[in-house]
Amino acid sequence: MPNAINIALIPLLPLAGFLLLGLFGKKIFKNSAGIIGTLILLISAGLAIYTAYGYFFDYGKVNDVYQKLIPLKYTWLEFSKDVSIDMGIILDPISAMMIVVVTFVSLMVHIYSLGYMKGEERYSTYYAYLSLFTFSMLGLVLSSNIFQIYIFWELVGVSSFLLIGFYYDRPSAVAASKKAFIVTRFADLGFLIGILVLSFYSGTLDFNTLIQKLTSPESSELKTAIASSFLGVSALTWGLTLVFIGGAGKSAMFPLHIWLPDAMEGPTPVSALIHAATMVVAGVYLVARLFPVFALSAPDALSIVANVGAISALFAAIIACTQTDIKRVLAYSTMSQIGYMMFALGVSKYGGEDGLGYTASMFHLFTHAMFKALLFLGAGAVIHYVHSNDMKDMGGLRKHLPITHITFLLACLSIAGFPLLAGFFSKEEILLAAYQHNAVIYWIALITSGLTAFYMFRLYFSIFWNKAYHAHGEHHGDGGVAMMLPLLLLAAGAVFAGYIPFGHFVSTDGKPLESEFHLSFSIAPVALGLIGILTAMWLYKNENEKPAKLAASLSGLYKSAYHKFYIDELYLFVTKKVLFNLVARPAAWFDKTVVDGLVNFTGNTTQDISERIKGIQSGKVQQYAIYFLVSAVVLALLFIYVWKG
Amino acid sequence: MMQPGLYHLLFISAALFFIGVYGFLTRRNLITMLMSVELILNSVNLNFIAFNKYVWPQRLDGVFFTVFVIAIAAAEAAVAIAIIINLYRSHQSIDVENAEELKY
Amino acid sequence: MNLLLLIGLPLLTAVGVLLSRNTQQVRSIAFAGSALQLILALALIYFFQKERAAGAVAQMLFEQNYALFPSLNINFHIGVDGIAVSMILLTALVVLAGVLVSWNVEKMTKEFYFLLILLAMGAYGFFISLDLFVLFFFLEIAVIPKYLLIGTWGSGKKEYSANKLALMLMTGSSLVIVGILGMYFGNGEHKSFDIIQLSQAGISPAVQKLFFPFLFIGFGIFTALFPFHTWVPDGHSSAPTAGSMFLAGISMKLGGYGCLRVATYLMPQGAQEYSSWIIVLSSIAILYGAFATMMQWDLKYMNAYSSISHCGFVLLGIGMLTKTAITGAVMQMVSHGLMTALFFAVIGMIYERTHTRQINEMGGLMKVMPFTMTVLFIAGLCSLGLPGFSGFVAEMTVFMGSWQNADAFHRIATIIACMSIVVTAVYILRAIGQVAMGPIKETYAGLSDASWNEKLAAIILIIGIVAIGVAPFLLNDLIKPGAEIIMNKISGK
Repeated sequence: MPNAINIALIPLLPLAGFLLLGLFGKKIFKNSAGIIGTLILLISAGLAIYTAYGYFFDYGKVNDVYQKLIPLKYTWLEFSKDVSIDMGIILDPISAMMIVVVTFVSLMVHIYSLGYMKGEERYSTYYAYLSLFTFSMLGLVLSSNIFQIYIFWELVGVSSFLLIGFYYDRPSAVAASKKAFIVTRFADLGFLIGILVLSFYSGTLDFNTLIQKLTSPESSELKTAIASSFLGVSALTWGLTLVFIGGAGKSAMFPLHIWLPDAMEGPTPVSALIHAATMVVAGVYLVARLFPVFALSAPDALSIVANVGAISALFAAIIACTQTDIKRVLAYSTMSQIGYMMFALGVSKYGGEDGLGYTASMFHLFTHAMFKALLFLGAGAVIHYVHSNDMKDMGGLRKHLPITHITFLLACLSIAGFPLLAGFFSKEEILLAAYQHNAVIYWIALITSGLTAFYMFRLYFSIFWNKAYHAHGEHHGDGGVAMMLPLLLLAAGAVFAGYIPFGHFVSTDGKPLESEFHLSFSIAPVALGLIGILTAMWLYKNENEKPAKLAASLSGLYKSAYHKFYIDELYLFVTKKVLFNLVARPAAWFDKTVVDGLVNFTGNTTQDISERIKGIQSGKVQQYAIYFLVSAVVLALLFIYVWKG
Repeated sequence: MMQPGLYHLLFISAALFFIGVYGFLTRRNLITMLMSVELILNSVNLNFIAFNKYVWPQRLDGVFFTVFVIAIAAAEAAVAIAIIINLYRSHQSIDVENAEELKY
Repeated sequence: MNLLLLIGLPLLTAVGVLLSRNTQQVRSIAFAGSALQLILALALIYFFQKERAAGAVAQMLFEQNYALFPSLNINFHIGVDGIAVSMILLTALVVLAGVLVSWNVEKMTKEFYFLLILLAMGAYGFFISLDLFVLFFFLEIAVIPKYLLIGTWGSGKKEYSANKLALMLMTGSSLVIVGILGMYFGNGEHKSFDIIQLSQAGISPAVQKLFFPFLFIGFGIFTALFPFHTWVPDGHSSAPTAGSMFLAGISMKLGGYGCLRVATYLMPQGAQEYSSWIIVLSSIAILYGAFATMMQWDLKYMNAYSSISHCGFVLLGIGMLTKTAITGAVMQMVSHGLMTALFFAVIGMIYERTHTRQINEMGGLMKVMPFTMTVLFIAGLCSLGLPGFSGFVAEMTVFMGSWQNADAFHRIATIIACMSIVVTAVYILRAIGQVAMGPIKETYAGLSDASWNEKLAAIILIIGIVAIGVAPFLLNDLIKPGAEIIMNKISGK
């Protein structure tokens, strides 16, 4: 059986690291913060791998089916007998896989940052934030309770906010961090209401009970949840769609993606960890976590997932072809790849062969973490070298940065789906799942895979080939061991991760899934990928006029793609003009003039009246005496003639 | 010899009362006003005595009250004169028109 | 434990402050008194939970009852339940922090501290009273010093604000006393001010319907019930730092506590009758307050408006009439008290150094005052409901409780309340982004960070916030039995 303490330590060690470095980092661990953070994470990663190994090969399987284990559960906040927020640990194939991914990539980033962030003024703060993020992300993937996942969901959000705004004296970084937080917060509103809906109908917040109650056909909870409807859509579909909105926000799905490109203002290793490999796939993970409910009880909600994923994949790929900031290209590529994972889940069904999409999605999540982290760290090395994010300032770097160049190339090939590399296997599986269940999405996916190959190699050729690079300033080449070791390890992952028989471990129902390989099926995507690569090579290998001409000939499309289809402007209009000027300003005005005005009016009126009648109080004794006398007489007359008896 | 009846006394007391009121309202000199107040009080005293004598001759309440009123009037006069003296010190006058600071 | 200690100690402290000879003595006595009071509050929790664990089932513990005016049946009756205990802890924390941040008050230090401690005593007395007459007495003690605090030590248009605050709160008090008298005379033959007796006797529905609005609006004015909230922005912004902390951290909670303990508990049918009104007004306050906050450029105004929004959750929780929602309302009182006190403390620290409270005149202060800015961050994150801090726990409890009402009206109100978490994030991040982050302005380059007393004050409040945020079950266990009794009364069990 799993050792609960071992597993609990996986997230708790980084938390301890955060507290240690956050409270004492500035004074005591000024220079050793990186080493301490890395060592803590090394232990954590070791425990994670140990746990995952134990789960997959030792105790996880009962009668050939992977079980959902809850080794630890602690009531944190009890609302009623059945409804409570528990702090627990869930151990199932996807969480076991995720803790390995998170700790591994995080460890790589920790090591890489030892070199990349060296000499940074807020070095210890940086490591504290990294530890905080790692803690939150691990807590998220291990959550056994839907409210627990929401808690860690918010915590990863704030760690992301802190890390994007790490260079807090740059206004652009501050703006980006605010944007990221507010956009995801807006999506989380959906998540929160979704939780309220789901918990109301299922009468629980616990994942296992919730899934059980909302999937078994006999359960009365499921019947009420489907029967009660709002605007003609069942309450269950509403709940799941709202939860998905939360997932879409975190995973930068269209149209909630606008924060992700801006989030690249953070330090590059952070982008690799948070905005490529781990946090942004939280949405995918959330849908996967609730997948049985989606697939068995609310297929409508699942088709929303599929469509949003497909649209995002294509949309982001088109934008990625036009961007010149290398990190933004990678950001859009991330969005596109997450779109892949999303629609793979969306087209999947529950159980057996039909559940291929689910397996494929998780598989892609796994391989994507490897090659995308590698791409970001490689981009980091490049940026470290040329001190610029813009690909116009780069070119011909292959001689200057040989190791970066090779690893970057491998990652590009992997993401482009070059045969026998990791990305190839997972992408083939996704395409196969789409082909089996949804023709439209299959075609979108196919086009996107061609575009992916194109923009990745546009990036690759623009950085490492194209014009010759004239180095100026200091020459430090590839960077130290700290920066190169993660690149090499991740490159190994990007090449070999595809050979893991993923279906054996991760499937919808826990039973092993044998994915067979059709050579004939792979011809189309591979051919498209090659066309993409060759086009990119033709356009960008050497400095020439062709790209500019092409852009000019496609001016309308190019321009709108370059401006990200004006989605940002649209948001700005809605928030600035509509919310700010039409809601907030009138609210403040109303408060100042109407509500406060009424209060002041009451005060002023009282004052006015007293101003008018104060003349009676003249200070003349004899006048008072007359008032007194007249009143006494009047009263006497009244008593005598009016109020008799 | 003709004994004065209750109405005679009440008439005198009413006359005294209104003379006092008139004096209080029209005179500007504080001392005179004080005297007017005394007239009013004494008219009340006269009423008490008259009613005591003609309505309940066997009881003494009216007499007691009269004694009370006289005592209070003496005290009042003392206080009032003290006030008037102080007023004179600060205003160099005992005209009531000059003592009107105590207003709104 | 003898509850008289809770009001005796502040009284002693106040007298000690008056008798002391110099500023140094004043400070030390006030500090020692409020520190002891905090220890007392913690001991109270310990003994309370111990009694409960030992099986004490009475609704109120540590009761004492002395006849004060037997012919009118007025008694000095005191006792606490879990709700009162948590409010006492809140008060003790805020008072200690308030004493610490006022360390540098130079003008009439002795009187300043005297009034602070007096105000605190009023609050303690209010929370332990079980007799409405005594409760009202303490309520007034807690109001009047505020007028003097703002009028004398305030800033800006302080006379206006002090008048406005005193008049509006007095209006509230007058409504409250009408409601109390209504209950006293409406209780049939047996006229009584005693909360326990009144709750058992049951006031007739007609009387409840008539007098519930008096009490609820009266106490509601204290806790910024829309549209009677306008004293909040002006009062808070003109008050000295400790004054704002007390005002938002304690005074507004007197209202919430009164709405719950006096209005809702004693007149459950009235509460049911008017619950939809309460919900409408509080949802308006929540969202409208949040939007109005977006337009505030003065830090204190911003926090005051956000208090309106946050106190809306208290009233919403009460209006929702479910056990979880009421628990959430009490949690929100504690949480908001601590959080907003921390916010005002940190605004005070900033103002003392930059001499401005305008958000857009600041920038990049993180560089020169990292501690203060970290505190600002924490206060802000708590305000926008980040897990790990108390605000999240309280708001979520209110949401969960509200959602248990299955009809569309309650649902929509809950969703409106949920929407405020986004708006809150907008204004909090805007303020933090502008004040703490960005390039630093040259004029501020030489500023110093918080001094020891300010640090201590902030740490005390942060410990409270984080403790609730990380271990909400502690507070939940304390509040829940009390909320359950109130709820049983409402549902007529």
